[in-house]
Formats: sequence, C-alpha cells, structure tokens
Amino acid sequence: MKIVVCIKQVPDTTEVKIDPVTNTLIRQGVPSIVNPFDKNAVEAALQLKEKYDGKVTVISMGPPQAKEALKECLAMGADEAILISDRAFGGSDTLATSYTLASAIKKMGRVDLIICGKQAIDGDTAQVGPEIAEHLDVGQVTCISKIDIDGSIVRVEREHEEGYEIIETQLPLVITVLKSMNEPRYPTVKGTMKANRKEIPVWTANDMDVDPEQLGLKGSPTQVRRIFTPKQRVQGLIIQADTAREAAAVLVKTLSEAKIV
Amino acid sequence: MQFQLTEEQQMMQKLVREFAEKEVLPGAAERDEKEEFSRDIANAMGEMGFTGICFPEKYGGAESDVLSYALAVEELSRVDAGVGITLSATVSLCAWPIFAYGTEDQKNKYLTPLAEGVKLGGFGLTEPNAGTDAASQQTVAVLKDDHYVINGSKIFITNAGEAEIYVVFAMTDKAKGVKGISAFILEKGMPGFAFGKKEHKMGIHSSATAELIFQNVQVPKENLLGKEGDGFKIAMSTLDGGRIGVAAQALGIAQSALEHSIKYSKERVQFGKPIASNQGIGFMLADMATKVDAARLLVYRAAYLKDQGLPYSKEAAMAKLYASDAAMAVATDAVQIFGGYGYSREYPVERLMRDAKITQIYEGTNQVQRIVISAAVLR
Repeated sequence: MKIVVCIKQVPDTTEVKIDPVTNTLIRQGVPSIVNPFDKNAVEAALQLKEKYDGKVTVISMGPPQAKEALKECLAMGADEAILISDRAFGGSDTLATSYTLASAIKKMGRVDLIICGKQAIDGDTAQVGPEIAEHLDVGQVTCISKIDIDGSIVRVEREHEEGYEIIETQLPLVITVLKSMNEPRYPTVKGTMKANRKEIPVWTANDMDVDPEQLGLKGSPTQVRRIFTPKQRVQGLIIQADTAREAAAVLVKTLSEAKIV
Repeated sequence: MQFQLTEEQQMMQKLVREFAEKEVLPGAAERDEKEEFSRDIANAMGEMGFTGICFPEKYGGAESDVLSYALAVEELSRVDAGVGITLSATVSLCAWPIFAYGTEDQKNKYLTPLAEGVKLGGFGLTEPNAGTDAASQQTVAVLKDDHYVINGSKIFITNAGEAEIYVVFAMTDKAKGVKGISAFILEKGMPGFAFGKKEHKMGIHSSATAELIFQNVQVPKENLLGKEGDGFKIAMSTLDGGRIGVAAQALGIAQSALEHSIKYSKERVQFGKPIASNQGIGFMLADMATKVDAARLLVYRAAYLKDQGLPYSKEAAMAKLYASDAAMAVATDAVQIFGGYGYSREYPVERLMRDAKITQIYEGTNQVQRIVISAAVLR
C-alpha cells in the first residue's frame, strides 16, 4: 500500500507569549513544530504500514526550514520525505496549497491513501485535505478516529458533535484524522540518526506538471476580510474532581493538551 | 569556533526533552516522595535508544556522539535527576568500560544488550572503607581453575538490584596495591551475588542505590575485563567519562532551578509588583543564569573533546567540579527566591536542592576533581 501523508510546519502555539505592552503576539523565537494533528496522520500511516505493509511518504509544502518537520516524521519511521518548495508557491491560500500538493501527489503515480491532519493549528481552516481530494478526484472522509482496511473495502469511523458514523468506502481515498485516532510515537535515537542521513528531495514548480496561474498568490482567490469565531453550540466538558484545585489542574492540562493555552 | 549544536544534536535534544516532559516529569514528585525507582521509565528509555546513543551500530548503538548523550542526561535530569543518573550509570560506568576494554565476545554478550536498552548496568568500586582511596579495596578475587572466586561487598551502588550487568572491581593481588586491582563483569543471578539494603538518601530518590554482596561468587575467567591488574586504570578512565555524565546531570538540575526561579519571580506579587522587578531578585537571577551558561560550556566542551578523541580528563573534572557547584548554588538560590514556598515539598525547588548535593560528591568528590585538575596544570 502506498500512503502519502501531508504535513505542515506550524509555530508552537503553547510557546507563544504576549507582549505585555502592546498586547500582541511575540512571534520571534517561537519554536516550529509539526502540526499536532499531522503527527496523528503520520502515526496512522505507520500503523497501517505495519499492519498491511507498504510505503509511507511524507510531503510538505513550505519554506526550506520545513525540512526540519519532515525530518521529525522520518525519525518517527516514515520511509521518505519530499519538500515542495518554490518562491512561486508563496502567498498560497488553501486552494492553491491543495492544488500544489495534489500536483505533487499526481507526480508520484499510484497512491492508495492520502492522510492529512484534521486542520493546522495556525490557520485552523480544515480545508486543504478535502480540497486535495477534489483536485485528485478521489473519495474523502474527514475527521476520522478509526480506520480498518479489508481487501478493497475501507471502514472508517467519522466523529462529529453528535456521535460517530461508520462509513465503508474504497481506495484510493483521502482521509483527515483527529487526535483521538492514536497516540503519535516518539522519534527514537536510531530513527533520528537514520532521518539525518536521508536526503530530502525538493520539488519546485518546474518539477511538477502545474498551471502557473493556479499557484501562489495568483492562484489564491481567498480574501480575508475579518477573522472571528463563528457561533457554535457544542456540548461543554464537565470536569468532576474532589476539590476545585484538582479540577483546575485537569482543566489546565486539558486546555494545554488541546493547544488552546 | 562553533558554539552551536549540530542539527543532529538539536534533534536528539528535542526528542529527549519531549520524552522527559511527557513521560518522566508527571511522576517525578511522587517518585521522590515514595523513594521509588521506575523500571518502566528505564525500559522506555531503552526503547527510545538513549543507552545506545554513543556506541557503534554493530553493538546495538546509534553511533551518535558523547555530546548527544550528555544532552540526554541533561534533559532527563532537568525533570528528574534520579532518572538522569540511572542512564548515566548504565552508559558511562558499565557500558563504556566494556566498550573500551572488553574483548569482542564480551562486547557482543554484554555491551549489545546495554546499548539496545534491554538491560541496565551498574558499577561497583566503592566500599565502606574504600571511597576516594580506591586502593584499599577489601573485595578479593582468587583464580581457581577456570574461574575467579569473588568475596566482599560494595556500597552506594547506583542501579544495584535493578541492573542485570555490573562492572565490579576486586583485588587479585593485595601486595601490589593499586596495581593489584582487577575488573570483572558480573551478571545478576550469579550464585552468591546478592544485594543488600536499599540506601535512604537525601536526594535522587528515583534512582536505586544499594549494596552489592559477593559470597564465593564464581565468575568465569572470560569475564575478566582487561588484564589482571588493569582494574585501577579501567576504574579511573571510566570515572573520567562518568564525570561528563554527572556534570550533565548537575547542569540539568541547575537549568531546572533557573527556569523555575524565572517563572516564579515573574508571577509572585509582593508590594503590588512581581518580585522579579526587585533588583535584588534580578541580580540573583543574573548570577544564576551566568553560572548555568558557564557550566553548560564546560560540559559540552568536555563531551566534544571526548568525541574528537582528544584528552579530556582535566576538562571533564573541571566540568564536573563547576557544574555541580553551580547546581548546588543555583538550586539554593532558587529555594531562597521561592521563600517559604521554596522550603515546602509543594514546590519542586527543594527537591532540586536535595538532588544537587550528590553531584558534588559522587564519581569523585569535588576535592578529588581539584586533585585531578591541579595535577594536570602542574604537570
């Protein structure tokens, strides 16, 4: 089975500090990490590989320093990594990004499964995964917490606010995964050494069959007018503990794990 | 001159830090309180590959470098110094002498499982009456046919009872003094090899410390490490490297104390402002930060020299001496900054202060480090 995982390097939002004078985010010195949902995607791919055999390729569209994030995925156990990087990709919105990533995947020939994290913690759009499926014209299931493959049949559990659906579908397929999917493994010392020795090829616009009009800023119709949180009715989480102190500790832990604080 | 870690070293540092913060930190206070060694953590460290960082691939290692190993000890000690020394005792004190002095068979049999992280290691040199004066060993080994018979005991042994493999020193020829000491590889479970009482220590509670007891332990001749009489040389060169481990442990403790102090002094409000805005506190933090940085440079330099195959005995002694004194001073200042809370077990800095003290004592007291350094500068 040939699996491609799409990852993004994002600023670690738990490390972001607020400037007490201007009340704005201090971006300088914030470490970059692999988007947490994407780590679940890598873990899902590795587990599928262990179960059904195959090859896991991790790709990322980003600046040269995104190689660091790809290396971390190699250290976790991915077979190869490719960086999709070109000045022509600068300023991409989700449409141009998904077009570029889909073009890279097309170049790889037959791919059975494409796994993305549910969303990136910086942009939070959750659009790139579904759009890749549209560009490739293959099926998609989003927000998955479980996957089983039986021959040509793929059975997934799709979580949403009211519960979960069990969906049967087939390969090739694009899925986006949730945190509840798995617990991403740590990169090991040996994996890190191996990852460090591996070459990470860089694909530019010239390496892929792409329409220049659909790349970067030119291919990005999105215009951001205003950023706000839409009203949403979600069931709250009630933390039960013996003391308020314990409850507060659980709350802080939950919020920081969810990368909210 | 480069003052930056290589990309590989940065990746190692990051992976150990992530492991330390997620897997080691959560139970650290509880293990301290209960004086509890965690085999689960030791096994997890083995699976992660920490014990094999600086050994060749053919012996199950990752073939990285000593500096990466020092970074691992530092990062682990930053959250739990007992876990840091568990790793250091296995790598520096047991796996290393087997790597440096062992035969091919000994390396395959004993170094490989240590480097692969499936077994833990220990080192038995210290006796009740032979601490710094290692030459007054009472433990004896007598050659009889195809094996040595070992009798005696060792105290204050890190990983005692938990480790499966031990490098143990005994007198094979008392008349020769230090030249009569030999080194042996012992396995847990050898008849007559037992473990004595568990030591109740001031700090590093999450590390196992106990006695080794030998009553007519028959050790096969092929388990002699090096030649007869090589023991003192093996012990001293092992401790040279071990000092990098202890120095890295001290550095981790100091770093932790500094981080806690910075955070607390910004949060703690007295007289309507954070105590960090008092110059009295600010200057303390400045001195602490400077000590931590100086210690770091010394520790990394000693590891670097060892990686380059250059002499590092004096530099490892300097790193151990300075980093351990820095850890003690910085942890003590951290308790001072925390005030009454610092003295309470509710906060982590009192544990750091208790943990720091041992780094000035073991693997050569800081007085011994000064002997090593002065001998080198006066040569």
